Amino acid sequence: MKASVLTKVATQSILKNKMRTLLTMLGIIIGVGAVILMVAIGQGAQGQIQRQIEGLGTNLIVIAPGTSNTGGVSGGAGSFNRLTVDDVEKLERETVLLAGVSPVIATGSQVIGGQGNWRTRINGVSVDYATIRDWGTTSGSFFDDADQRSMARVAVIGQTVKEALFPDSDPVGEQIQLRNVPFRVIGVLEPKGQSAEGTDQDDVILAPYTTVRTRLSGRSFVPQILASTFSPEEIPSAQEEIALIMREAHDLAEWEADDFTVRNQADLTDAAQGTTEVMTVLLSAVAGISLLVGGIGIMNIMLVSVTERTREIGVRLSIGARGSDVLTQFLVEAIVMSAIGGALGVGLGFASAQVLANATGWSTAISPTTVGVALAFSAAIGIFFGFYPARQASSLDPIEALRYE
Amino acid sequence: MTTLRASRAADRGIASVSTDAGDVVIRTTGLTRVYATGRTEVRALDGVDVSVREGEFVAVMGASGSGKSTLMNILGCLDKPTAGSYELDGIRVEELDKNALAEIRNQRIGFVFQSFNLLARTAAIDNVELPLLYDRSGRKIDSRKAAAEALERVGLADRMDHEPSEMSGGEQQRVAIARALVGQPSLILADEPTGNLDSRTSVDVMTLFQDLNDQGITVIIVTHEPEIARYCKRIIRMRDGRVIVDEPVRDRRCARDDLERLAYLDEQNVAEVAV
Repeated sequence: MKASVLTKVATQSILKNKMRTLLTMLGIIIGVGAVILMVAIGQGAQGQIQRQIEGLGTNLIVIAPGTSNTGGVSGGAGSFNRLTVDDVEKLERETVLLAGVSPVIATGSQVIGGQGNWRTRINGVSVDYATIRDWGTTSGSFFDDADQRSMARVAVIGQTVKEALFPDSDPVGEQIQLRNVPFRVIGVLEPKGQSAEGTDQDDVILAPYTTVRTRLSGRSFVPQILASTFSPEEIPSAQEEIALIMREAHDLAEWEADDFTVRNQADLTDAAQGTTEVMTVLLSAVAGISLLVGGIGIMNIMLVSVTERTREIGVRLSIGARGSDVLTQFLVEAIVMSAIGGALGVGLGFASAQVLANATGWSTAISPTTVGVALAFSAAIGIFFGFYPARQASSLDPIEALRYE
Repeated sequence: MTTLRASRAADRGIASVSTDAGDVVIRTTGLTRVYATGRTEVRALDGVDVSVREGEFVAVMGASGSGKSTLMNILGCLDKPTAGSYELDGIRVEELDKNALAEIRNQRIGFVFQSFNLLARTAAIDNVELPLLYDRSGRKIDSRKAAAEALERVGLADRMDHEPSEMSGGEQQRVAIARALVGQPSLILADEPTGNLDSRTSVDVMTLFQDLNDQGITVIIVTHEPEIARYCKRIIRMRDGRVIVDEPVRDRRCARDDLERLAYLDEQNVAEVAV
């Protein structure tokens, strides 16, 4: 039988029983739809985490204290804090590749001002911090070199702090008190939302590190130094440069290991990506199972339909159809049904992803690969689960089939 | 003794068609079919020798269990004999494999069934076209046109797009006959073609068979109704898997005349009722 004739016969037979066809396809429609939706959620989450990590700042490099190694006893990361403000200044002076360097001297304090008080993080940072974190202000401005040199008591407050203390007014120019030290608010930071770890990045006050060190913290050690490069390509060489300068600053002999660590953003991204990839695989597996169940549904209906259509098969055999003709007809029917079901499922997946995105605000992403794989998989299911009933049909004895009531 | 009777019957059968003087379409010798059901064997056919020439119109008669259906199945290449040989158009059928049998059914035989066996929810023309879709002979046929012509031949030119559920029993059987005709077979086999029809429609269908036979088509029908057999030219009676009688129909009736007579009687009845 020619392919065109075959398709025509199969299509006719599918159209002849619309209800049966619809029920058969429903499993595949839901299965493919679920796969598309699940993968869309997974990939959307991945994209969101990617963006959040990028939100930390572009081309970010994090320098943290290394391990202490006294007489062979390792104290673990951060056990021996040897980062200092001097390191920061040396980096600033000697670097060629870095776009900016900033210490992060973190402390916490009750802040009083405006309509009440609020407990928050206070980060002593340098002027470069705004560039490194790619963080602008919604009103006012970031502090400048002069503020930093003169240890000015100025602060830039995060969105959450602004909401807590000055919900209805512009806080720029207002006074706030940190540990009884009056500070002048000179800017409000753009909202950044949650970090990849889930902390509120907007619940923060930024002040010149010189001021924080002398007025609030009093410590000369720096828990963390942030730096950034001009382009992602420069990150590896910048990391090497940092290591060189830092070793010199710490006066390390050649045989001594680094007493600091230099990590870049890709390292952070990898860890987060790993988690979401596991999630995507998990979701897809669940959806894949529903696709499988849909396939078994097709097989079930096709088997029932072989019994129901025994006479039809008998007629076809008696007028000269070969067993192989009947086999191909049933197989083509199964494939056509799962292909159409697959296409409708893709539509359903798109629609429900859209609805979900609108309703929950989650980001979803559908790639052409997902659609292709889902379609190919549903066609494969059609062949796989269509084959057994088709073979049953083709092996019928024409006399028995004709006599069947 | 029985064999002797059967062969004598066969001789008479051949003698009866000598007037038609066509080529031999069917020749069976010692055709036997045994069904093994558990421990017992059922000899459904027990040495049947029959030949049918081109242009014959044969009625196969007999009680149920006489083997007439088994004979039809084997003649229709749906089943193979346990022993004996069957030649159709000179082809030894018992030696063929499944696919070759399918090809024979497609090319050389047209089937008509008691219960019509049309595909439901399928237009008449699509039903008639069906055998041509399975045609592997490579002959160039416009299957749509051929199907339309076959329907015209059975007088259903105006009902081509109707589905079986929209047609009367007689019309459905005509569609089935058109389907049997469409591949231009050398033989039409009809298994109780009037079994599901009322007597008037039966006569109507027999008119069609007689017309087709007049056009030179060989027809074999299985029936248990003597009045239907009388429209044929030759009767083969079977019992216990053997041919017991094989003779020409003596007072053959013309279905068309009977139909006209029935119509006339109807008019008379209507007139009487009116009076």
